[in-house]
Amino acid sequence: MRLADLYWLPDAADLTERLRHASRDPAPQWDELVRLANCRLDFVQTNRLDRALQRCRIDDSSARVLKLAVLSSSTVDHLLPGCRVAALRRNLHLRTFAGNFGMYLQDLQDEDSALHVFDPDVLLCAFHAHHLIGNPAPTLAAGESDALVDQAADRIVQVWRLIRQSFQGQIIQQNVLPVCHNIVGSNEHRLRSAAGSLVERLNARLRELADEQRVDIIAVDRVTRDDGLRAWHDPSLWHRAKQEISPVAAPAYGELVARLVAAQQGRSSKCLVLDLDNTLWGGVIGDDGLEGIKLGQGSALGEAYVDFQHYVSALGRRGVILAVCSKNDPQNARLPFDRHPEMVIKSEQIACFVANWDDKAQNLRSIARQLNVGIDSLVFVDDNPFERNFVRRELPSVAVPELPDGPEFYARCLADAGYFEALHITSEDQERSSHYQANMAREQLRSSQTDIRSYLQSLDMELRWQPFDRVGMLRIVQLINKTNQFNLTTRRYSESEVDAMMRDGSTVTLQLRLVDRFGDNGMIGVVVGRLQGDSLHLDTWLMSCRVLGRQVEEATLNIIVSEAKRLGASYLIGEYLPTQKNVLVREHYRKLGFQLDDEADDGASRWLLPVEEFAGRPTFIRQTRAS
Amino acid sequence: MKQDQILAEVSEIIRDVLDQPNLQISAATTARDVEGWDSFNHINIVVAVESRFGIKINTAEIEELKNVGEFVELVKRKLSAR
Repeated sequence: MRLADLYWLPDAADLTERLRHASRDPAPQWDELVRLANCRLDFVQTNRLDRALQRCRIDDSSARVLKLAVLSSSTVDHLLPGCRVAALRRNLHLRTFAGNFGMYLQDLQDEDSALHVFDPDVLLCAFHAHHLIGNPAPTLAAGESDALVDQAADRIVQVWRLIRQSFQGQIIQQNVLPVCHNIVGSNEHRLRSAAGSLVERLNARLRELADEQRVDIIAVDRVTRDDGLRAWHDPSLWHRAKQEISPVAAPAYGELVARLVAAQQGRSSKCLVLDLDNTLWGGVIGDDGLEGIKLGQGSALGEAYVDFQHYVSALGRRGVILAVCSKNDPQNARLPFDRHPEMVIKSEQIACFVANWDDKAQNLRSIARQLNVGIDSLVFVDDNPFERNFVRRELPSVAVPELPDGPEFYARCLADAGYFEALHITSEDQERSSHYQANMAREQLRSSQTDIRSYLQSLDMELRWQPFDRVGMLRIVQLINKTNQFNLTTRRYSESEVDAMMRDGSTVTLQLRLVDRFGDNGMIGVVVGRLQGDSLHLDTWLMSCRVLGRQVEEATLNIIVSEAKRLGASYLIGEYLPTQKNVLVREHYRKLGFQLDDEADDGASRWLLPVEEFAGRPTFIRQTRAS
Repeated sequence: MKQDQILAEVSEIIRDVLDQPNLQISAATTARDVEGWDSFNHINIVVAVESRFGIKINTAEIEELKNVGEFVELVKRKLSAR
């Protein structure tokens, strides 16, 4: 069970035949390639799929295209198919570029280089230990060895700086693969000048620097610690071909890269949907009863389920939405949550609890709808192979890990599968479960009060707005880069671009928080408007779906208009750029009283609102300017 | 495992790595005979054979191989030495 084996992906019985078919097909279909990429593939199969991918007419697909450049001190060509296929697995189309190894400084500095022509969206840096620290003499004084670590770190930071001078995109730094052999032993760290000690300190330093500079790390040191270095690095291949990562591990390396790229694009999974019987506890609650199920002290199996629950609970508390989907009588299903003393996961942590006898695909659709998340952001965990295969067949975009045999391996499996890869943890993430909980309370209030107006009035809502600032920066960048549904233009901006907007006097930036009597919903909206002539162009308008249907759009428009007036604009110009996910807001501007100005063949539209004629939209929301 | 069985499996791996399902391979086949069998794919073939048979082939051994037959012979030796 090694990450390098991608063991959570299901084996496909007809894989050989389908790969052969794709190999022969002069124009393979994107969707079939995505399905193949979601099967467990070794490196030879990955390379074959990648060759078929090169022949696929990508224009036919709706996949997003991204360009990845690898800057490296060793051979990386053999890793690129793994990266492209792992992106394909996420319905992303990745184009790749690898310069000659060791030439990255020249490539960065020469503005006519192939790297600059390629103009990457993502830059991956991978430098090997010898390149960074050479062959250090173990007799170096402690101070000299520290200087060696500092110099190596400085060189890497210098590379990041050069990248930032020319490119806007995400920087990913593979940290240093710990290939050095012990010369002391278990207490290698006591010899500060030993190569292994230096690499360890350099990796620690790189983590700090990467956090400061907003660079994302691929932690090959941790992966190889868990998997064993031998699964990832083969010294004979290093000497023969300067391959630091073995081709065998290329599909997994690609996974690690694609996870970070997908996370940056807002494509990480958001919601973990759990089966109950034999997934969260041993046995069947409806048959075995509260005393009969295996959970907690007293049996090794019961303790293993508790451990898994601790892991799930931790995911929930750091921002993954938790849901339940179980074939059960609803009362039975809730029994352990309400009455079992060893349950770790509490019912308050479950944002959506579905227990019935309907098929699970239907229930998963309903869970996605109720939580306002895309069906492709669900991960479904079920011990039952029948249910797993059924859901895979019915809902191919739901991630369904092939669980190892035994609950003691479930947490490891979810961790290795990396569905919920996150780049920044904001306080909103950590409070998200409570947001969803409060939402359920609001929903219940809504269903008890059919009169929507009096319901909204009873919420006592306040929309607090202010221009972008440093305090809100992380969350603003996160919302810009991960909001898919309520997003009029889906323009993604890096932190430095957002920073530039913040400083531009002719740009209106708004961050919006919604507070009501159930609590603070956190930052739920972002607007960017650029003053051009007598018009304020709404470059970006996005909102978190958890506040849909609460007049936040109207209240936001009121604020935008007042800001437009302040800048002396006569018109608001709204823009809708359609994507696969934002059909929800196609009529957004019409609903708010804008006039259609122009509509393109692809569905993109432009809308106009004369500021003078705008009387203000009535809402039940107080609008307050935060300091 | 019999020699011809190993030859069949090694040949299948070579076809998969080179993505040439109809490639004819015999013991006398050399890398030079086959289009696409470059140093890059040569490494992939060796690594894939290592994974398939659970063996490790070292640098010196790889450099001595002259054709598919010698490769199969080496695999057979490694298997029987386990």
